[in-house]
Amino acid sequence: MAVAKRPIIHPVDKYLRTERLPHVWCPGCGIGITLHAFMRAVKELEDEGRIDSSKILFVSGIGCTGRAAGYVNFDGAHTPHGRAIPYAMGAKLARPDLIPVVFSGDGDLVGIGGNHFIHAARRNMDVLVILVNNMIYALTGGQVAPTTPKGTYTTTTPFGNPDRPINAVKIAAAAGANYIARWAVTHPELLKNSIKKALPMEGFRLIEVVSICPEIFGRHIGFRAPIELYRRLQKVVKIRGKISPFEATYDWEKEIILGEFQVRNEPGYTRVLMEAFKHG
Amino acid sequence: MPARHYKITIVANRCKECELCINICPKKILAKGDEYNAKGFRFTRVTRPEDCIGCRLCEHICPDFAIFVEPSEKPEEVIAR
Ligand SMILES: Cc1ncc(C[n+]2csc(CCOP(=O)(O)OP(=O)(O)O)c2C)c(N)n1
Repeated sequence: MAVAKRPIIHPVDKYLRTERLPHVWCPGCGIGITLHAFMRAVKELEDEGRIDSSKILFVSGIGCTGRAAGYVNFDGAHTPHGRAIPYAMGAKLARPDLIPVVFSGDGDLVGIGGNHFIHAARRNMDVLVILVNNMIYALTGGQVAPTTPKGTYTTTTPFGNPDRPINAVKIAAAAGANYIARWAVTHPELLKNSIKKALPMEGFRLIEVVSICPEIFGRHIGFRAPIELYRRLQKVVKIRGKISPFEATYDWEKEIILGEFQVRNEPGYTRVLMEAFKHG
Repeated sequence: MPARHYKITIVANRCKECELCINICPKKILAKGDEYNAKGFRFTRVTRPEDCIGCRLCEHICPDFAIFVEPSEKPEEVIAR
């Protein structure tokens, strides 16, 4: 079988299956911005000799965000809807030398996969979860998501979403995650720094990324160009230092708080388990 | 001393004309081109590479890995495919 040529042009191209680019994401999609920040964090860590990228296991679920697993040049898996975290957990327990990263959407991680999310955080499972929150079920055509702001029009809430949105940061905090942060695609450099800090840590780490979906979310609520939705997000996000995760408001009309809300170093699940076996 | 000039590379066939880079550039040196790429998008062009300050906001905001900035001897725009 002929192997497609893999052009290397861009500084992060060595981490991408460039022969598959351009990717499927719509013009202006925040998933690409988030993936780019992740690639830059990996590149910096590798250049500093702090990580071996061949150990990264890149797992994603189903959704537009889930497609990311197909574009990265790491070992990875595109798993059933909502099941990215359990897959990463199994792989980590079988091969404790791996560095599992779950990169998936809000619907996938805190909708259908919500229970896995809670219990992986409770067990302090060794995984970095990058939750790309575009506030909608994008791949399937714009149905309401658990993260959709109250009152918003979506294809399944034509009179406005009657429900309150879920705040993933607070859930992870209540369950006991080691690292919790929220950033937005409006701050790609801070996002990269956060990923760079969290990737080598142990235990459960959540980085929620408030993203933009110009085509399926923004366009339906009156933002005609990607930059309009981007500017709207810029207006609502506020960075706050040293506040509790329980104060990290997520409100599209008032404010969405960004920052690093929890940094702890409690033993991760793999280490706890290894120690239990040693004595047993 | 930081480099005073920058080379801006556009990976033409990856650009999807989302215009985020054009809008984010603090020096307003990027603009939509007239030429179409393989997918039918008019990819971004650099109008005044000599005005680039190397902030790399365009690079970091690009969802398509289609633009990047490097220090260089002279101001330059490069179109890669
Ligand atoms: C078990 C199952 N239920 C439903 C679906 C249909 N489905 C595919 S993607 C998706 C929503 C994904 O939303 P999200 O995780 O927010 O990702 P996005 O597309 O917004 O990035 C749904 C419901 C499916 N593929 N499998």
